[in-house]
Amino acid sequence: MIMNNITSADNNRRRASADRRNMDWYLDLLVRFLVFIGGISAIIFILGIFVFITSQGIGFLLDRFDIAEFFGSPLWRPTSEEHPTYGALALIVGTASITGFAMLVSVPFSLGAAIYIAEFAQGKVRETLKVLVELLAAIPSVVWGFIGLSIMNPFIIKLFNIPVGLNILNAGIILGLMAAPIMATIAEDALKAVPDTYREAAEAMGATRWQVISRVTLPSAKNGLMAAVLLGVGRGFGETMAVLMASGHSVNLPTSPFDSVRALTATIAAELGETAQGSEHYQALFTLGIFLFIVTFIINLTADIVVRGIRKGNI
Amino acid sequence: MADPVYAIETENLNLWYGTFQALIDVNLKVRRGLITSLIGPSGCGKTTILRSINRINERLGYVRTTGKICVLDTNIYGEDIEISQVRRHVGMVFQRPNPLPLSVRENVLFGYRIHNTGKLAKQQADEIVEQALRQVLLWDHVKDRLNRKATLLSLEEQQKLCIARLLPVKPSILLMDEPCSALDPEATAAVEELIWDLRGTYTILIVTHNMAQARRASDECIFMLMGKLIEHSKTEDMFVTPSRKETADYIEGRYG
Repeated sequence: MIMNNITSADNNRRRASADRRNMDWYLDLLVRFLVFIGGISAIIFILGIFVFITSQGIGFLLDRFDIAEFFGSPLWRPTSEEHPTYGALALIVGTASITGFAMLVSVPFSLGAAIYIAEFAQGKVRETLKVLVELLAAIPSVVWGFIGLSIMNPFIIKLFNIPVGLNILNAGIILGLMAAPIMATIAEDALKAVPDTYREAAEAMGATRWQVISRVTLPSAKNGLMAAVLLGVGRGFGETMAVLMASGHSVNLPTSPFDSVRALTATIAAELGETAQGSEHYQALFTLGIFLFIVTFIINLTADIVVRGIRKGNI
Repeated sequence: MADPVYAIETENLNLWYGTFQALIDVNLKVRRGLITSLIGPSGCGKTTILRSINRINERLGYVRTTGKICVLDTNIYGEDIEISQVRRHVGMVFQRPNPLPLSVRENVLFGYRIHNTGKLAKQQADEIVEQALRQVLLWDHVKDRLNRKATLLSLEEQQKLCIARLLPVKPSILLMDEPCSALDPEATAAVEELIWDLRGTYTILIVTHNMAQARRASDECIFMLMGKLIEHSKTEDMFVTPSRKETADYIEGRYG
């Protein structure tokens, strides 16, 4: 009897405390709600953007889009009166060649910087370098474009003795330098994530600094390094202003790095303001946007998958 | 020249981590071909001694060492000494098994490839791998998994692999820093058995916290306390009739 009384009193007390909705309880609920909104907002925004771009470009895609012309013809003449053509090949090749050139510049620079910061630099030097690299990443792209236009341009003209210095070379170097800090930061993180016990084990067997880096650290960080490069590529594909300013912006299938080209992004930026909303030209630009969106989405997704690493038992 | 009796000799070895002196005038002599245990309470400097014998201690920038450490009559802190060669002759096994994130096969070949530049024929490589893995009694367990990542092996297998990968470069000394502390009792027994098997071929210096292990698996024991070498004697003598009071107190578990 006494036992029963105790248990029931105990239960009551427990129920009462579970039921108490004080300030903390509501605060907890509110925070949980806000965090949830924040968490899903990114997804909502991305979906929203995709829906918007698609809705603007869908008319063109359905009525006028010709896959052979879009991917096969270098003639981008949306403003032609009698016979407008929408060949994006030259633009795609333009973007790809600038990005490719940029990677030639930024991969060695950024990996070199990352290896130096992660494996060699120590103490103050290291901290300073890290901050500087992150600062570099924050330089606005229009400033880079300005450098391309006013410094690189005359320099390239003089150095190679060519009439115009706004070309793949120029835009590639500018874009490469732009992408390098971000790539270096991510690559450095990847190298730092390699457990120090690996380095210690290799050094204890007599490996030199470089042997440790080339045989142990780099191979074990290769996922992160790949991701760094891919994110750099994604950045290159999406970059607009600097490329617009440094590439020469002329529709052209390039045959050498000294040719001017035009990028997808730059085309949209330069032409969208001059088109009538809803016109064929306007919709065609949005179709370019859809294409860019899909490409960068795939690149970033690949980078993400690579970062997680496809973990199998075998190497 | 006759082979020296002592594989490792230190002379007035002092070592500082920053301003903290971890080793104070240590003079020790480790006999060739035997297993010697280093025992003592935590922080007494036994791991520090071990780590200075293959100079891995120098990875930390703030270490300062004075005195001499002679490995087979060569002062490894001498001026014309190449650190890579020291580490080739003095292999190190760590407390936590630390195989490299490579295949089992490449782990065994890692040291060999570092010290032998030039191409290694596949057949020769196969022989090296098999011989090393047989020596650590691991061959039959992993021969079908040579191309699997070494980090996927069990801890016992990993630790044996960490011993195996030292052997292809033909070291004369193996340093072991509590090689069994991360292992369960059965694995401990297996690794101890292996260490006993390697006795004679290699001089083995082993740090241990485990009195029973020191007692059953070593020929000689060195007892350290607060950075100083207190006693060095045959294992059976130390555990039966320790000559110093500190040693007796430690062995009987009055501190530790």
